[in-house]
Amino acid sequence: MRNNFAVASSPHLRSKATTQRIMLEVCLALAPAGIAGVILFGWRAALLIAVCVTTCIVSELLWQLVTRQKVTVNDFSAVVTGLLLAYNLPASAPVWMAVIGSVLAIILVKQLFGGIGSNFMNPALTARAVLFISWSALMSAADPAPISAIYDPIANFVGKLGAGGIDVLSGATPLNALNAGSTEGLSLMSLLMGTHGGMLGETCAIALIIGGVYLCIRGIADWRIPAAFIGTVFVCYFFMGGAEMALYQLLSGGLLLGAFFMATDYATSPITGLGRVIFGVGCGLLLFVIRAFANYPEGCSFAILFMNVATPMIDRFTMPRPFGEVKKHG
Amino acid sequence: MAKNKKPTFLSVFLNGLIFENPTFALMLGMCPTLAITIAGSNGLGMGLATTAVLVCSNLLISILRNVIPDKVRIPAFIVVIASFVTMIDLLLKAYIPALSASLGMYIPLIVVNCIIFARAESFAFKNPPVLSIADGLGMGLGFTFAITLLSCIRELIGAGKLFGVEVIRLVLEAGTNWINATFNLELVAPVYQPMAIMTQVPGGFVTLGILLILVNAISNAAKKKAAAKEVQA
Repeated sequence: MRNNFAVASSPHLRSKATTQRIMLEVCLALAPAGIAGVILFGWRAALLIAVCVTTCIVSELLWQLVTRQKVTVNDFSAVVTGLLLAYNLPASAPVWMAVIGSVLAIILVKQLFGGIGSNFMNPALTARAVLFISWSALMSAADPAPISAIYDPIANFVGKLGAGGIDVLSGATPLNALNAGSTEGLSLMSLLMGTHGGMLGETCAIALIIGGVYLCIRGIADWRIPAAFIGTVFVCYFFMGGAEMALYQLLSGGLLLGAFFMATDYATSPITGLGRVIFGVGCGLLLFVIRAFANYPEGCSFAILFMNVATPMIDRFTMPRPFGEVKKHG
Repeated sequence: MAKNKKPTFLSVFLNGLIFENPTFALMLGMCPTLAITIAGSNGLGMGLATTAVLVCSNLLISILRNVIPDKVRIPAFIVVIASFVTMIDLLLKAYIPALSASLGMYIPLIVVNCIIFARAESFAFKNPPVLSIADGLGMGLGFTFAITLLSCIRELIGAGKLFGVEVIRLVLEAGTNWINATFNLELVAPVYQPMAIMTQVPGGFVTLGILLILVNAISNAAKKKAAAKEVQA
């Protein structure tokens, strides 16, 4: 009985959430998009995913062993980074590029700044940006579009298992077409199912929405960031080109992947509720500006990275005042 | 180090070259360090030009240190440094026009290079001419070494070249030829895909950061070793 009155320091309420559990749930939420990517783009997508995840885990392990730090590979954060990086590569990307990207993400962006929770930019996104700037031809030109039966991914997959058929078909991504002002050859159905060109994990909108909504419902990702992000993009394009244009824009490019999985990264997004809304709106506005007015067809990664850097400032200006504290003057 | 001992030519020279390397230890002259280090020849040229100006200005300021009134020393430094920079600029234009074109604006900008100002203010103005020359040489060559190293790394990864020679392609071809000759194969040499970001601005920052990590790690380890030795003794 007496033990119940033992004095202990706060916190008194503990949640069961651990880093490992959260990261596992993120992996689970990312799974549908990965499966869709493999079905749509074939074995090369699976290969790239495997290479990225393995390299991320191995480089984190090696770094922590070499610098004699506590090995935290079993928290699965490296797996999430690897998955996200792979989803941001075109299925035609060479394997060495996936390896370089993974090493950069883990060593340069994450471990050099102090490991999990200390990085100031999203590792996977930064690595993607580096790869994109370094080898832009390899990162964007060859968009492998799903082949033979455009509206029948299953048949496509079966066809790939058998011999023959085209391996990779390059074509304009929906964003290229949209930015050129045409919606020809696009349908909302193909955008939802992902039967169009793009990075291997970003095309299938349905899979991403399922995973993202799961994360929000489980409370792992704060719904405010994706809601503000996607909402801002929708509103901007609604006023620019109407509802249909706005819907097309939402479902194409890396917006959904970025909004649900990368903008919601704990270490690089604000901690206050209002801050998260500002963060989401900022991402949305930047994405709109880059897509609509800049040279790049897609600006999702740059928009999120930019807001990552602004996060400490947002936190500072939205920090709630403790009850009773007097506002300081001067 | 030799704090109690009287500074000699060699100790002052080594201090600039290694212990107080302007780039790695003092973090001076960051503008040229980041801006022009995209090719080995650029780095070497910039470093040597800066060294020449630094040695001359250190010498002259040291000679004039008892004549220049304290209150107007900064304008006096500027006049001295600017004269030498103008000479170097004209010399480069006349004799090495290619380097002059490649460094462009950054040669006249040596006037405001903070290494030269810092050494004038903190060393040459307080020390005799011979030591000031040693300081100028040490600091200048230390700077040259640092930015040439930085340039070579960036050029090698970012363009596959070293001082303009396509080293990586040659190595890959030679290696493939050797393997083909030894094992009777007919392999095609792999093509090196240069990492373009290394010759752009972010590559400069990242490479400098990584070099600083390495230098600090090495010097910290050396300090630890020295401290351990002292405890033992």
